[in-house]
Amino acid sequence: MKKFLVKRLLISMVLLVFVSMIIYGIMRCMPASFVETKAMELAQKPGAKSYEEWLAQLNASYGLDSGIIQGYFTWASKAVRGQFGDSWNYNQPVLQKFSSVIWYSFALAFSAFFLEIIIAIPAGVAAARKQYSATDYSITVIALIGISLPSFFFATILKWVFAVKLNWLDLYGIVGRMHQQMSPMGQILDMAKHMIMPVATLTIVGIGSLMRYTRTNMLEVLNSDYIRTARAKGLPERKVINYHAFRNILIPIITLLGGTLPGLFGGALITETLFQIPGIGYTSYQCIVLGDIPFVMFYMLFSAVLILAGNLIADILYAVVDPRVRVN
Amino acid sequence: MGSEEKDKLVHQEDSILEVSHLKKYFPVKGGFFGGVTGEVKAVDDVSFRIKRGSTMGLVGESGCGKSTTGRTILRLIEKTSGTVLFNGEDVSQADKKKLRELRTKMQIIFQDPYSSLSPRLPVGEIIGEAVRQHNLVPKEQYNDYITQVMLNCGLQEYHKDRYPHEFSGGQRQRICIARALALKPEFIVCDEPVSALDVSIQAQIINLLKELQEKMNLTYLFISHDLSVVEHISDTIGVMYLGGLVETGETEDIFSNPLHPYTRALFSAIPMPDPDMKINRTILEGDIPSPANPPKGCKFHTRCKDCMAVCKEVAPEERDVGNGHMVRCHLYDQG
Repeated sequence: MKKFLVKRLLISMVLLVFVSMIIYGIMRCMPASFVETKAMELAQKPGAKSYEEWLAQLNASYGLDSGIIQGYFTWASKAVRGQFGDSWNYNQPVLQKFSSVIWYSFALAFSAFFLEIIIAIPAGVAAARKQYSATDYSITVIALIGISLPSFFFATILKWVFAVKLNWLDLYGIVGRMHQQMSPMGQILDMAKHMIMPVATLTIVGIGSLMRYTRTNMLEVLNSDYIRTARAKGLPERKVINYHAFRNILIPIITLLGGTLPGLFGGALITETLFQIPGIGYTSYQCIVLGDIPFVMFYMLFSAVLILAGNLIADILYAVVDPRVRVN
Repeated sequence: MGSEEKDKLVHQEDSILEVSHLKKYFPVKGGFFGGVTGEVKAVDDVSFRIKRGSTMGLVGESGCGKSTTGRTILRLIEKTSGTVLFNGEDVSQADKKKLRELRTKMQIIFQDPYSSLSPRLPVGEIIGEAVRQHNLVPKEQYNDYITQVMLNCGLQEYHKDRYPHEFSGGQRQRICIARALALKPEFIVCDEPVSALDVSIQAQIINLLKELQEKMNLTYLFISHDLSVVEHISDTIGVMYLGGLVETGETEDIFSNPLHPYTRALFSAIPMPDPDMKINRTILEGDIPSPANPPKGCKFHTRCKDCMAVCKEVAPEERDVGNGHMVRCHLYDQG
């Protein structure tokens, strides 16, 4: 196990180097860079220097006057020491900006993730137990609707019903108008209230695949010989499902969920934008559009680390739940 | 089924299992709306009795409904019609609670010891789980009891904490047997228990089953397509073809005097260990017909070399040719 972990960590390091290299290359090659936009802006001011002069000056001050490869190594040598520089767009340290927005995304994603699990897994199990029944078909149809229709569609419907028609919730934003005047407890509740619609959107969109996945795996397990053995033993059906069958669908489910863990920090770009939640998805989207290299580099690297960590977690969990893997 | 009233099953004291006109039809779904378009007659009117403490062998080629018969008897699959009496009690009338109780008395050993053990449970738990569930032994004796069952089946105590994947096929089948025996059953359906094993291991398992039968006065329904194994272990034999029994009787009678053309063909296919021996094989032509659309008259007439005109029209009745040797064939009509 130790050997396995060391090996995996080393491979991950190598992967991160290549990932960062590729992203840096792409960022530098993007048309309409941050510097060009800014030079254009400054050159249009009355009595300003010409665009070319501003461009040369800004390139030098933002460190873009060197080649891509040299630029990458300059960035990398600082990054390995934990210096990710200042965000060009926000004019504050990348890490500071990042830590101020990440928790909105995490709270949003975690609530949705939790709801997805407690809804989708029992629904998938129920659908599998009564295959081809009315229950199965209705769960499947709901799941397919969730998978097929885009999040902005649901978000819009939710907004129309709960914000426009019923006027229960605010249309967007993370806090209400009276937020500053509220007690600490009231402030938390106010934010929670603003999270309802984004979380509902994410849950509905995410529920389908997990439910289908559970159903498929459960069906496979329920048709296996050892479930027949368990029934032949005279165990109650509840025990056959919860003890024998459920244990066996844990592996694929945990592997799937482990893989989605990074998504909890990755931000939900569309949903955050629709509800104007100042999370990491919304923030990094703006940075990508503006060509804010330090912030985007950090965000991308962070996502890569999360994905690699997610896979590693899944593999470790896999070993925990599967005795056959544990031995090796 | 008007005939069911007529030959209502009479329970005989020495029979542990009495099966009468058992039928299991599986619906065939098809068409645009997924409606039922037909049925597969997997088990079609099967009747037999098994005496307490004896072994009945059920033979036939693949797909003839042997396993379905075994599973339908245990209600692992719900029957379409017919009666199954276990110790004089109608199995199909049992409610959920009663059925769970019956499950301890009627056990099954499956064909594939690789897939029939849950990969997520240690062996001790696989064997003991149901014992606790049914409170078969007092708590303080539980551990010793499981150990004893394992020892009886040729397993060691330290195997308890291991997982099924750590065992060989033969050992896994021993686990399956131990699992079934731990419930103190009276009757065990052995559904091709040795087909997945090496020949040398087959002998060990067969001998273990025989030994346990003597020790615990068990009754077996031994399903197999391996005739030499069946001859070795069975007291009576039933030969199945396309969902129906074509011949039943004592093992010696059937082996020394096979009557039905299908039984003869089956027996002539037994491989002989002597390469120089000339055997007059009866090779069956064609495939087994589809059980969704069985032939009219005698089901075997499409492949029978003694086929007569009557065979294509009329299904033969069961006929006793002496000593409880029953056969369904028009060749023996005149007797």
